[in-house]
Amino acid sequence: MIPAWYATVGIAGLAVVTVITRGFFLFSERELELPAWAVQGLRYAPLAALVAVIAPEIVLTNGALLSTWQDARIWAVLVGTAYFWWRRGILGMIVTGTAVLLALKIGLGW
Amino acid sequence: MVKSGLSLPLSILMTMVVFAGSAQLAALPLIVAGAPLWVLWATAFCVNLRFVIYSAHWRRYFGHLPRAQRLLLGYLAVDLSYVLFARRFPDAKPQLEQLPYFWGSAAWNWLSWQGASLLGIVLADRVPTEWGLGFAGVLALLGITYSLLSDKKTWIAAGVAAFVAVATFALPLKLNIVTAIAAAVAAGLLLERSFRDAAPEGR
Repeated sequence: MIPAWYATVGIAGLAVVTVITRGFFLFSERELELPAWAVQGLRYAPLAALVAVIAPEIVLTNGALLSTWQDARIWAVLVGTAYFWWRRGILGMIVTGTAVLLALKIGLGW
Repeated sequence: MVKSGLSLPLSILMTMVVFAGSAQLAALPLIVAGAPLWVLWATAFCVNLRFVIYSAHWRRYFGHLPRAQRLLLGYLAVDLSYVLFARRFPDAKPQLEQLPYFWGSAAWNWLSWQGASLLGIVLADRVPTEWGLGFAGVLALLGITYSLLSDKKTWIAAGVAAFVAVATFALPLKLNIVTAIAAAVAAGLLLERSFRDAAPEGR
């Protein structure tokens, strides 16, 4: 079981992080100018953070690369990806991808 | 959240106050693993870095409002509110109908998000883990990622991030996320530089 004080402090800190990041440039009363390279670099950070979180979730199983095609995640990602580039819709991507996932997991027992 | 060992009250607290889906998804495994608090917060900060950029943009619309109101608006502004708002008001200057538009979008988003989260927390025990429904969260983040891929440079940076995150997965404390961000930002800056050198008329 996770210690309650640790989780509480951790969650409170996460709330503070949310306020800080969402209001980062809204806090100061003065106008702020960032150096050009920082603006350019910041452009890639969110993308990189998202990719870094999800890539291992898709291609790793217990820390090892996928070794079989009979993994529902690959097909869910492929179908969801196809839907996204076809319709440009995130919601439809989640629905189609999850439908494939459930069909393979429950239907075929993958 | 409930399934990972977080108690019901703490799960509710987390969804109510953190109010950031991708940060929660990234933070939860860290909390469960008992990672040091600074790693937890630093990871959430990195995942939330996109909001730092949005906030610079928000300032152009809401910079004239009092600070407390600016921060409240910023706190409630998630990805979708930002994308929709920027599409509705392409001109980054204050207009009368912006605040009502913002509040309508933010209120609806907050209610549906919190409602769905609470439902998930309550129903968690009814859905078997082996269905792998948690993967829907990955699909959602993947969709947001796709919507950020705007040109060749972002595609390459994303590829670098994916490769480094997987290659350094064995690092402790989820430091693979930090190394992947550093590598992708470096790659992005290098690409910006080489593309600019290749096109001198852009200077």
